[in-house]
Amino acid sequence: MPKVTYIESTGRAHTIEVKEGWSLMEGAVKHLIPGIDADCGGACACATCQVYVDPAWEAQLPPQSDMEETMLDFAPERQANSRLSCQLRMTAALDGIVVYLPKSQH
Amino acid sequence: MLAPRRKQQKQSDMSEKIVIIGAGQAAAQAVQSLRNDGFDGPITLVGEEPYPPYQRPPLSKAYLLGQFERARLFLKGDDYYPNAGCELWLNTRARAIHRAGRAVELEDGRMLPYDKLLLTTGARVRKLNCAGADLPGVHYLKTIADVDALQAAFTAGRRIAVVGGGYIGLEVAAVAAKRGLKVTVFEAMDRLMARAVSPQLSAFYAGEHEKAGVDLRLKTGVEEIGGHGKVEWVRAGGTTYDADMVLVGIGVVPCEELAREAGLACEDGIVVDRNARTGDPHIWAAGDCTRHVGREGHAIRLECVQNAIDQAKHAALAMTGKPKIYSEVPWFWSDQYDLKLQIAGLARPSDAIVQRGDPAARKFSVFHLRDGKVAAVEAVNAAPDYLIGKKLIAEGTRVDPARLADLSIPIKQVAG
Repeated sequence: MPKVTYIESTGRAHTIEVKEGWSLMEGAVKHLIPGIDADCGGACACATCQVYVDPAWEAQLPPQSDMEETMLDFAPERQANSRLSCQLRMTAALDGIVVYLPKSQH
Repeated sequence: MLAPRRKQQKQSDMSEKIVIIGAGQAAAQAVQSLRNDGFDGPITLVGEEPYPPYQRPPLSKAYLLGQFERARLFLKGDDYYPNAGCELWLNTRARAIHRAGRAVELEDGRMLPYDKLLLTTGARVRKLNCAGADLPGVHYLKTIADVDALQAAFTAGRRIAVVGGGYIGLEVAAVAAKRGLKVTVFEAMDRLMARAVSPQLSAFYAGEHEKAGVDLRLKTGVEEIGGHGKVEWVRAGGTTYDADMVLVGIGVVPCEELAREAGLACEDGIVVDRNARTGDPHIWAAGDCTRHVGREGHAIRLECVQNAIDQAKHAALAMTGKPKIYSEVPWFWSDQYDLKLQIAGLARPSDAIVQRGDPAARKFSVFHLRDGKVAAVEAVNAAPDYLIGKKLIAEGTRVDPARLADLSIPIKQVAG
């Protein structure tokens, strides 16, 4: 299974396997990675699963939908490499991807 | 796999045992929050269904559509519970709470002692009460098993009669229409989702369902279901409609029997205070099963993910000796076709209405103002309006209705 590394704002890193087709949010929530709230369960309805994508991986991600773009506008401390992890589907090509977690989702 | 981080525990917690009855969203949140809040004693989670806690919202949406595999429904990974020191007792029904001896009696006679008890028993579907309501082919939607049974009958061309034009009925209607079934919705009230949304939204959604080919029958209650050994027809408003299956979505009733029989106050929901505590200092309750004092100061019962999550968090805080008043803004969502409905706050018919955007554009919102402040917002494909609306509700900000209605002012700047 492809792996994702989530790095907390404190620098603590967690590398876990995420099934292809699942979202990076689901991988984090099911393994209790702190820092991703995802209150809505992945409906792109709450903007509480923001991650900062390592620049080395940004180009390999699908573009943002209008909905994601709009919701991100409301995420705290948005950066150029911000994405909503519920909208990022795991693929074999993303094996090894690194994402950083914000201090808070609210 | 990560074990949840356990904080240094207090001596007084050493021997405490927490039992949670009901294994839904509130229970999963409570386990997580109890650990985050420093509780380090044993937790036992008792649930009637064969599954660990799972998300119910996708059941009537992506899961029914076949676009969401079952494993994704589960709120936690398989090894989460053992790692969290939480025993899962599934397929297990609680029969009684013995408050004096602080133990839960299970259906098989076993006794489960507790120091603190959390009831997250949820709600069960309200059953249709008419002739033929028990025929094969009459479905309800609350559990994974319910959806699996319904899905097996979902074949293009078949006729489905949906009883109840609320969230569940309409989400199923949308999926059924998309899958090529012939859909008729029967709603006893004069508009859709009458309990949950404003008349403006009801009218808009009626139009959308009709565009999708759904036959809407308002002010039409179902009188009888008939057929030879299975559903073949439905009689409603004096007319008989052919039907191959029926989906009933006429609301839920709180699962409060355990609490009531144990002598705890129940008034259409287990009565709890703003710390999620019942009248017994050792028993708390959270989620759909509770009646609590809402942020507007009167007793309410909420059926939603938000309440399951937030009330469970507050129960955990109180159970670990750090009580905090629960006063979060309620929020809800519904997916029908490509329309994302997001609602925050609780509207009242007496609120002033301000519409932002044009329903014809399929992107608009309806704000409900009370004493000049936003009390509720209903947003269709308009997430920014929802998010800002929710914030304005929480902060009690006064807004100018004219600015709110003016699309040339970005929603972020409306409150000035």
